[in-house]
Amino acid sequence: MKRLLIKGGRVIDPASGIDGIFNVYAVGGKIAAVKPHVQTPDSGPQSDDWDIIDAAGLIVCPGFIDMHTHLREPGYEYKETIQTGTMAAAAGGFTSVACMANTNPVNDNASVTRYILKKAAEEAVVKVFPVGAISKELKGEMLAEIGELKEAGCVAISDDGRPVISSALMRLALEYAKPFGLLVISHSEDIGLAADGVMNEGLISTKLGLKGIPNAKEDIMVARDIALAELTGARLHIAHISTKGAVELVRNAKQRGVNVTAEVTPHHFTLTDEAVVGYNTNTKMNPPLRTKDDIDAIKIGLQDGTIDAVVTDHAPQSIDEKDVEFDNAANGIVGLETALPLLLRLVSEGVISLSALIEKLSANPAKLLRLGGKGKLRVGADADITVIDLNKEWVVDAKNLKSKSRNTPFDGWKMKGRVVKTIVRGKVVYEW
Amino acid sequence: MRLKRKDILTIEDLDRDEIGLILSTAESFKEVSDREIKKVPTLRGRTIINLFYEASTRTRTSFEIAAKRMSADAINISASSSSVVKGETLKDTAKNLEAMNPDCIVLRHPSSGTPQILSRLLRCSVINAGDGAHEHPSQALLDLLTVKQRFGKINGLKVAIVGDIAHSRVARSNIYGFIKLGARVSVAGPPTMMPSGIDKMGCGVCYNVEDAILDADVIMMLRIQLERQNGCLFPTAREYSRLFGLDSKKLEKAKKDVVILHPGPINRGIEISSDVADGEYSLILNQVKNGVAVRMALFYLLLGGSRE
Repeated sequence: MKRLLIKGGRVIDPASGIDGIFNVYAVGGKIAAVKPHVQTPDSGPQSDDWDIIDAAGLIVCPGFIDMHTHLREPGYEYKETIQTGTMAAAAGGFTSVACMANTNPVNDNASVTRYILKKAAEEAVVKVFPVGAISKELKGEMLAEIGELKEAGCVAISDDGRPVISSALMRLALEYAKPFGLLVISHSEDIGLAADGVMNEGLISTKLGLKGIPNAKEDIMVARDIALAELTGARLHIAHISTKGAVELVRNAKQRGVNVTAEVTPHHFTLTDEAVVGYNTNTKMNPPLRTKDDIDAIKIGLQDGTIDAVVTDHAPQSIDEKDVEFDNAANGIVGLETALPLLLRLVSEGVISLSALIEKLSANPAKLLRLGGKGKLRVGADADITVIDLNKEWVVDAKNLKSKSRNTPFDGWKMKGRVVKTIVRGKVVYEW
Repeated sequence: MRLKRKDILTIEDLDRDEIGLILSTAESFKEVSDREIKKVPTLRGRTIINLFYEASTRTRTSFEIAAKRMSADAINISASSSSVVKGETLKDTAKNLEAMNPDCIVLRHPSSGTPQILSRLLRCSVINAGDGAHEHPSQALLDLLTVKQRFGKINGLKVAIVGDIAHSRVARSNIYGFIKLGARVSVAGPPTMMPSGIDKMGCGVCYNVEDAILDADVIMMLRIQLERQNGCLFPTAREYSRLFGLDSKKLEKAKKDVVILHPGPINRGIEISSDVADGEYSLILNQVKNGVAVRMALFYLLLGGSRE
C-alpha cells in the first residue's frame, strides 16, 4: 500500500485547530496520523514503501476546494476541458472543484452529471463535484430535476451566469432543494436594471464611454434572495459578492439568523474598475470590478466572517472571444492558478490570518457543500493536501498556464507565495 | 513639424500644446479649401483608409475630402458593405487592411475603446473618428477651432453643453478640450442623460437649460438620439423639446454675442428649433467647414514630412 509522509512542515488545519510543526502520514489515500515532528535522525519511518516529502519551511494544509469553477465540458471544450481545468486546479493548490452547470448541454439532468463524473474519473487530476442547474436549460422557467441531480452526484444547484429572474421560481427552488440538503447558489443580479452594462458604473465608465453596471444591480437581487431564504428557511449561498451593499445585506441577514452564506473571488478585492482603463478585455467580468469602497467592505466581510468562502470563478474564454471590441468580449477570467498569491496579500496586509484564509479555502467550502472527508487533515479524512512556499517569488506568464485559456488580467504580475505540491488522496498531482 | 505620436485616439491624451499645434495648422490649411484648385501635394503617395462601422455623412466625407485635398489616396470602407457582414472580426479586417500598407486608418466604431484596441494591433496611424460614447476628437478640435475663430481665444469662455451627455462622445471630447484650453464648461440636460460621476470631470452640472445658457458664450446642443428612445430617457420628444430644446424664446436670456454649435445631424424642432439652427448665432456650418481643415491638419501632423 502506498504511504506518504510529509515531514516537518508547518501544518495548518483550521478544522482541527492545528498550527505547528507536524508530520502528516497518509496511507491508502487517507490521513493516517498527524504527529508532532521530532528532529532526531531516526525519527519517522525508514522503509522504502514510504514516499517522503521534506516540508521544512513550507506550509502544509488541507487541499483547497473551489466552490465555483467553470470546467466548460461538455460543450465548450475549446475553452477548457475537465482534464485541463483540473490540471489548472492542481497547479493552484485546489484538490477539489465544484463545476458550474452552464455547459452545453446544461447540467440540468442526471445524465449530464453522470457524463461529467465519468469524464472526471477518466481524466481529472483533482476531484470534481458537479453543480446542477436550478432551472431547465438555465432558462429560469421550470425547475431542473433537482432530486435526480442530487442522486447522480451534484453537491449544489445554481443557474450561475444568470440570475433566476422569477421570484416565484427561486422560492420553489429553495423549498424543493431543502430536503435534499443541497446548497442553492445564487448568481444575484437584477438584469433589467442594466442589461447592456459591461463594467462598473461610475466616473471610470463615464470617462471610457462604456455602459455601466450600478451596485444596485447586485444589491437588489441579494436582498430578494435573502428575503426568500428567510421565507423558506433554505440554505442560500451568494456567489461572487462584489458590492459593499451586498456584504452589508448578508451580514445583517446572518445576524437575524437567516441561513445565508457568501463567497468572493480574488479579483474582486484585488482590482478596481480603474483596471479597465485601456480596454483590456481581460478586465471584463460579471459582476464587474468595483471600487475601493467595495473592496474595503469585502475585506471587512472576510475579516468578520460575513464572507465564508473564497472562490475563483475560473471562467476560461478562448482568445477569439476576448480579442475583440470590449462591448463584444466574453465575460470572465481564469483564476485557479493565480488565486493563492493574490489571497496571501490579504494575509500580509493583515486583513485575515493565514489560518482563516485556509479555512475559507478548505474547511468552509467542505462544510457548505457537505463534502464529508474533505477540507481537513484529521485521521480518516481524504489525504488531500496542499503544500505552500510562502516566500517563493514568481511571475505570472499567461502562456504557461495549465488552463487551456489565457484570459487573465494578471499576466506579468510579480507574485509572492506559491503552491509547490498538490496531493490528492495521497498522490502528488502537481509539483512546482 | 509633426506630432510625436502615432495615433489620435482621444482629446484626453493630447496636451495643450498639441491641441494648439493642431488648431494653428488647421488654420493654415483653411485657405486650401477656398482655392480654385483645392489641392496641395503634401501627402502624395500616402494611403488613408476610412473604416466606418457606423453610419456617417459629415465625418466620413470630411475625412475623405481632407485626405484628397492633401493628395493622399483615400479609400472608404463601410462595415455594411464589407466582409464584416460575413462575420470577419475587427482584428482580421484591420490586419488584412494593414497588409496593403496604408499609412493611416480612420476608424468610426459603435464600441467604445475600439480605436485603442486597433492602435495596439497596427503599425500604421489610427485616427479615432468617433468610438461609442467615448470620444470624437476631430469633432472637438473643429469645435475649438470654430469658437477660437469667433472669440480669438478659448481661455475664460463659458461653454454650455446641452443634451444627452451620457451617450455623447462629442460631449466627452469637448469637456476635455475646452477645459484644457481654459474655458469653463457646464453640462445640462435631464438627469437621465447625465452619466455617473460627470461632476468629477471638471465641469458644472445643471438640470435646467435656461440656467445653463444664461451666461454662456458658447451653447453646444447635442443631438437627441431618437433611435435610442426605447430606452425612455425622457417621456416624449414634445416634452423634451419644450423643456430642454433650444428655441428663440430661451435664447432671449442668453448673452448678445453667444454662439451656437451642434455636431449634427440636427433634429429640427426637437433639440433645436429651425429659426435658431439657421439664425444669426448659429455656427453650425462653420463647424462643418472647419472640419475639413482640422482633418487636413491631423493627416499632415501624423503623416507629413519625412518618416524616420
